[in-house]
Amino acid sequence: MSKEDYETIIGLEVHCELSTKTKIFCSCPTEFGAAPNTHTCPICMGMPGTLPVLNEKVVEYAVKAGLATNCEISRNSKNDRKNYFYPDLPKAYQISQFDQPLCEHGYVEIDKEDGSKKKIRLTRIHIEEDAGKLNHDEFGGGSLVDLNRAGVPLIEIVSEPDLRSSEEVDKYLKKLKSIFEYIEVSDCKMQEGSLRADVNVSVRKKGETKLGTRTEMKNMNSFRSITRAIEYEVERQIDVIEDGGVIEQETLRWDEVSGKTFSMRDKEDAQDYRYFPDPDLVAIKLSEEYIQKVKESLPELPESRKQRYLNDYKLSEKDANLITSSKYLSDLFEEASKICNNPKAVNNWIISDISRILNETEMEPIEIPFDSKQLGKLVILIDNGTISSSIGKKVLIELFENPRDPEEIIKEKGWIQISDEGAIKEVVLKILKANPQSVADYKGGKDKALGFLVGQAMKETKGQANPKMLNQMFIEELKK
Amino acid sequence: MQVSKEEILHIANLADLNLEENEIEKYLENLQEILDFANIIKNAPTEDLDITIGANEAKNVFRKDEIKIFEDNESLLQNAIEPEKNMFKIPKVL
Amino acid sequence: MDITELTVHELQEKLKSKEITITQITKSYIDRINEKETDVQAFVTTLTDEAMEQAKEIQNKLEEGEIKGEFAGIPIGIKDNMCTKGVKTTCSSKMLENFVAPYSATVIEKLDKENIINLGKLNMDEFAMGGSTEYSYFKKTKNPWNLNKVPGGSSGGSAAAVAANLVPWALGSDTGGSIRQPASFCGVVGLKPTYGLVSRYGLVAFASSLDQIGPITKDVRDCAMLLNLIVGHDEKDTTSVERPKVDYTKSLKNDIKGLKIGVPKEFFTEGINEEVKDALEKSIEKYKELGAEIEEFSLDIAKYSLATYYIIGCAEASSNLGRFDGIRYTYRTPEFKSLKELYKKSRSEGFGDEVKRRIILGTYVLSSGYYDAYYKKAQQVRTLVMNEFNKGFEKYDIILTPTSPTVAFDIGSKTNNPLEMYLADICTVSVNIAGLPGISIPCGVDKEGMPIGMQLIGNKFCEETILNAAYTFEQAIKFRENYKPEFKK
Repeated sequence: MSKEDYETIIGLEVHCELSTKTKIFCSCPTEFGAAPNTHTCPICMGMPGTLPVLNEKVVEYAVKAGLATNCEISRNSKNDRKNYFYPDLPKAYQISQFDQPLCEHGYVEIDKEDGSKKKIRLTRIHIEEDAGKLNHDEFGGGSLVDLNRAGVPLIEIVSEPDLRSSEEVDKYLKKLKSIFEYIEVSDCKMQEGSLRADVNVSVRKKGETKLGTRTEMKNMNSFRSITRAIEYEVERQIDVIEDGGVIEQETLRWDEVSGKTFSMRDKEDAQDYRYFPDPDLVAIKLSEEYIQKVKESLPELPESRKQRYLNDYKLSEKDANLITSSKYLSDLFEEASKICNNPKAVNNWIISDISRILNETEMEPIEIPFDSKQLGKLVILIDNGTISSSIGKKVLIELFENPRDPEEIIKEKGWIQISDEGAIKEVVLKILKANPQSVADYKGGKDKALGFLVGQAMKETKGQANPKMLNQMFIEELKK
Repeated sequence: MQVSKEEILHIANLADLNLEENEIEKYLENLQEILDFANIIKNAPTEDLDITIGANEAKNVFRKDEIKIFEDNESLLQNAIEPEKNMFKIPKVL
Repeated sequence: MDITELTVHELQEKLKSKEITITQITKSYIDRINEKETDVQAFVTTLTDEAMEQAKEIQNKLEEGEIKGEFAGIPIGIKDNMCTKGVKTTCSSKMLENFVAPYSATVIEKLDKENIINLGKLNMDEFAMGGSTEYSYFKKTKNPWNLNKVPGGSSGGSAAAVAANLVPWALGSDTGGSIRQPASFCGVVGLKPTYGLVSRYGLVAFASSLDQIGPITKDVRDCAMLLNLIVGHDEKDTTSVERPKVDYTKSLKNDIKGLKIGVPKEFFTEGINEEVKDALEKSIEKYKELGAEIEEFSLDIAKYSLATYYIIGCAEASSNLGRFDGIRYTYRTPEFKSLKELYKKSRSEGFGDEVKRRIILGTYVLSSGYYDAYYKKAQQVRTLVMNEFNKGFEKYDIILTPTSPTVAFDIGSKTNNPLEMYLADICTVSVNIAGLPGISIPCGVDKEGMPIGMQLIGNKFCEETILNAAYTFEQAIKFRENYKPEFKK
């Protein structure tokens, strides 16, 4: 049998760091990048005698996430302890939720190639605390425990095994990411680890109804590695089965360098987390009023924005998808459009130059250094002829490198477009004089020669001449 | 329920405790005795009773999302056996 | 006059009338500790030098008028499972032998605010697991009434120190009787407040849903005063409750006419010592004389309670004690080849037998396959126990029982039989399971002169009722005037 005879089944457990100011059970800051153990206190260090107190924003954000993903919100919920030993887990238990998660039975929709939609069902969303970080000690041959991250709030989003390919996984993750950005519960910065996924993969022969044995790849934090890892793992599993082997249920590690998955460790005793209700925390009981209030606080979600862009701005489906994939891009689009009154132009900047630079520099939209005012101004300057669009491109690069008022940039750089008729005429005459052959060609019927002349004039003016005026002036002069 | 030697070793392993060969018997006997005693609760008339988790019925006790820095950061590592670069040193973990 | 004989309210009077000074008080206690601590072995850490310094400072400040306060300069002893910033908190365990907490427990902060002087950290069963203080890693505390006997536990150091006049009063903690039983064994007063009345923040957890801090004192008035100082809602402990402030000393009316006392017959049958039973029956008679209405009734939960207590308590403990892992602040085994070995050896060497026994039991009842039969069932029984108590309190203001089925036993007589040791908690554990307040007061002595304790259980947050009943009884029998510890060898 060949690969085409198999079906891939994927389920995801996505961990998403919430963007609260403080940790889930203590008042330490959650900010990324602090010196080791400086964002800690006796509570998140698991000192004896300390007790957790739940951050109200964590509950609110999780409920928001649940409502934005069509979940039912549990009226009665609680926190449970998940017990295991690991040096990044200071209490030797993680406070999580076991049998009464805050949100259950939701779904998100992804767009399929044929334009139809597919529902990916969510089993649950629950709140829990993040663990600390182990750093390698380069000299001493040990590891070093930093607990700044211990206690940072997470939501875990568990999907049903509804995903069938790495492409679907990619779309699903991007969808979740964009929803959480929109409702402002997480910044979803993957390189900082604020969005991570455990990926469960199994394969079965098409037509089978029973699920195959799955393997799990933990803590994946880039779209690219997730896609690659799934593709590798699917092939590996099919190969094993084709060779008459059996898939073992195990946890695998994806190695980015070799592009392979490896078994995590020797067979240990099956984990038994001994979940039980945390007696240090009281029950969570959410009222209808509370849930209603959170519901009303939800902003417009990407799907609705997309519809608006299709109808009001007449963007293409593809462009609307790209722009609404990120709340930051979408906000940038809307605000800049308001400023310059030219959504088409803003759209073009975003889908072409801005997206290209983001891709090249592996930057997330949220990291774009300039704001909507600056982008809007750039469009205005082009529209009113102050600069050409080729200068516009240079201004954009400048905005990425050292964001400031575009007007200031072009003044500083001397990029103001030459629209003075006298100055233009001077250049045109100079170029005509220097290129008699081209003049002859044009007069001989070779229209192409005009382009060459305009190009030369642009070069002469370092791109600052108004291209429209140049064109006209050449035609006039050549007629003479 | 009769606890086997394998079982108590599994339990000790879950709790990250070593039981020396000469201790296993003693712990097994103690555990068995206490479990036999504890089995009395099987007779307790608890049909239709909810579970009780804590001794009070408070609900929704939350904290505001406001930063408070723990001032005496140094004291957090004062008991560390092997502090290094303000972190806790442990054997190498992959 | 021996200052250390005085109760705290007596000290306050003498301070007020300027008969004594604060430095004199602390000096007297230091002398007393120097004299008797070798016999009693109540302290893990003494802070005598620090206390003297502090006493002088407080005395000066009082004289300068910088501070006021009716408790300024009164000494205290603290069970060594409450975190005290800058002072070791060991839980009487090798695991925390050198542990200095980076913060103070909420109750300690409250005492500090009153300028109360900490004389030291008191011995206990390791991590509060035990009923005799024999499971301390450091030392065995002796009962001041007879040095061959245990002081009870787990707050044995606290009760013995109060009984031996090494401290005027002390804080203990009670998970299944750990304040009341040693108070009973040492002839002093011990109160376990309603769950949630006192903040647990900074109390090293044994079983979070059962633990509660409370006073161990020479008499009931002191008990009410110390309770006044430690109660109150704490935003650091979500299980602590908000209640209107009351002055518990105002409840001491020396009048119980019409008080309805229920006596559960099941607490007087199983394994109860005859002399204890006699003393309790006499006490019941005394209550009748004082005007209480006494009725026997059935509260058939004692046997379930004990099993439930050990299942729930050990389950929670197995998780609470996971953080003692050799990584950040505990004992770490000197030799290890891997992380797993570091964990296992540190924990096996750092914990004593009894602690390991309870961790194993707790891990077992939470493990897959046994959770429903033991842990979940125990949580249901907990509801049953609460319901039964509720029924009792529909009829009675107070439920009266022995504190312990026996008086203090000989050192070493039960350590080889864990289950027998557990059975000694039969009268006290149900109070923790239901989250109720319970007080133990001395009600007599046996033939050998060992004190016998009586337990009064109140409905939730009815501390005032049991304090008044205890006070009225105490005024009638005048135990402290009739009996004194003799340090028998």
